[in-house]
Amino acid sequence: MDIGFEIIRRTIIPQIRESGLMLKLGLAIVTTIIVLSIAAPLLTPYSPITKAGVALQPPSLRHIMGTNNLGYDVFSRILYGGRTVLTVVISATLLSMCVGVPLGLISGYYGRIVDRIFSIVMDSMYAFPSLILALAIAAVLGPSMVNAIIAIAVVYIPTYFRMVRGQTLSIKSLLYVEAAKAIGAKDSRIIIRHILPNLLPTVIVVFTMNIADAILTEAGLSFLGFSVPPPTPDWGADLRAGHEYLLAGYWWLVAFPGLMIMLLATGFALIGEGLNDLLSLKEAEKR
Amino acid sequence: MTTLRTYIIVRTLMTIPIVFTLLTIVFIILRVMPGDPITAMVGMKAPPEYIERLKEEAGLNKPYHVQYADYILGIIRGDFGRSLIWGRRPVLAEILDHLPATIELTIFGFLVSIIIGLTTGTIAGVKCYTRVDTSLRLYSIVAYALFIPWLGMMFQLIFGVYLKVLPVGGRIDPGLTVGWKPITGLYVLDGILTGRFDITMNALYHLILPSLTLGIVLSGAYTRLVRANMIDVLSQDFIRAARARGLSEFKVLKHALKNAFIPVLTMMGLQFAILLTGAVLTETTFSWPGMGTFLLERIKYVDYTTIQGTIVFFAIFVSVVNLVVDILYALIDPRIRY
Repeated sequence: MDIGFEIIRRTIIPQIRESGLMLKLGLAIVTTIIVLSIAAPLLTPYSPITKAGVALQPPSLRHIMGTNNLGYDVFSRILYGGRTVLTVVISATLLSMCVGVPLGLISGYYGRIVDRIFSIVMDSMYAFPSLILALAIAAVLGPSMVNAIIAIAVVYIPTYFRMVRGQTLSIKSLLYVEAAKAIGAKDSRIIIRHILPNLLPTVIVVFTMNIADAILTEAGLSFLGFSVPPPTPDWGADLRAGHEYLLAGYWWLVAFPGLMIMLLATGFALIGEGLNDLLSLKEAEKR
Repeated sequence: MTTLRTYIIVRTLMTIPIVFTLLTIVFIILRVMPGDPITAMVGMKAPPEYIERLKEEAGLNKPYHVQYADYILGIIRGDFGRSLIWGRRPVLAEILDHLPATIELTIFGFLVSIIIGLTTGTIAGVKCYTRVDTSLRLYSIVAYALFIPWLGMMFQLIFGVYLKVLPVGGRIDPGLTVGWKPITGLYVLDGILTGRFDITMNALYHLILPSLTLGIVLSGAYTRLVRANMIDVLSQDFIRAARARGLSEFKVLKHALKNAFIPVLTMMGLQFAILLTGAVLTETTFSWPGMGTFLLERIKYVDYTTIQGTIVFFAIFVSVVNLVVDILYALIDPRIRY
């Protein structure tokens, strides 16, 4: 039997199938949650921040996820909470990408003292427990949506910086970059036209995986009381509010928000994993 | 051995700039960043005289460079300042009171994550590219995406509320420790050291749910790493040779696992930061009296010096653990040298 063919049949094909499946599953989860949060007013008659019925009612046809201790409809809070979570998390990760990528490019391309300083600052931050760092920033700034975005963004800058710096270092020494330099291209042109496009696939993978991470950090911050102030609907904050009633058996106050956090984070992680696999298979193909 | 010694010395010296940078970052966040920590924490409605008094006590009304010098010199002397509330105890003493609870939790959480991670990772590696492997891969992703407080609460609901078999909070039944003096602060160990096995058992009993919660969420990362290493190691010549010699599959796996485990060790340093983050959330969920609960409580009471001291302590702690992990790795793997 042809061994090459056997390897392809046994390892590569299942891998491609698996990563395609993960990508699709992830996209399905994420799209569903995004659509549900955008279409919230169409899907639920109740406002998330006004009394919709008797307090602490278990799930029923009127309130499919029950009501909370204030009589708010839990399902409405889940849908509108999705808006809060997605807004905070996506703004924060975009912000840290917009800071981390340029810093990584500059550091990797120019090297020397700038690189040394950036690297040590970023490495130190990277090694520090992310939630505690975000907590310190959010505590100083005070609880609000914008401040939560800033806190989460700062924490994830090193993730982009380290990846971009490393890649820039290796791309910089490639022949075509040397060639561009030899014909007198400006540094800015080399960075923007030759290095950045090569980084994009990896940046996108890191971005999706980073969103999954940021969802958990946002949930952590709001669970500890350092994100949006009440009564704004937010999954982490609702989880904390529901914890008080858990021991009395009111499970629906915590079960649903936590499930949503897990689903959304899993969705983005699956997209990231799927993309990463496809990307590395493509890289392998090139060789 | 000289090279190993050089490695240890250089690696230790390298920790100094890292700690220094972290201390500076903490200083910038807590003092220089826009927004006034004390006002933010007390709230705008507090009387201005009260805010002024708190600032003066925390040394916040001096110019930045003086504050910075005081701050760094204080830390070098091991002086983390005094708490602004409740008996104004030294911050370091307060931290050391709460540290053992966190260490005990992280050790057990870590053990759970390693046990689950090694088992699932080995199975996935041996059965690579099969259904079992795919489901374990999905497990590793979902486990990582679990929100710690939620998993903890689900455990509390099942084992505490419905089955009523496990405690849902605290480190130990309060009645047990009356008149008992812990030695290290790690209750499981202290129970053995003082011959109070009822305390050890009770502490373990309280540890089950929190350490499972923390361990399951962290196990995903190990599953993936062990799987990848196993696939790599299993395809190497020495494994083929071992099989050719007719070794039992179990013994072959033992050889493979030993080699697959080395890279896992390097990850433990980075995992430690994640472990601490997880511990803060686990502690809050299970009213565990450790560093996380302590820090949050002091943020609520605007105990500014304690907040700063605790974060500084975390920074030093993480750097030292990373240093120790790197040195251990160098001891095990002779290729790691400068």
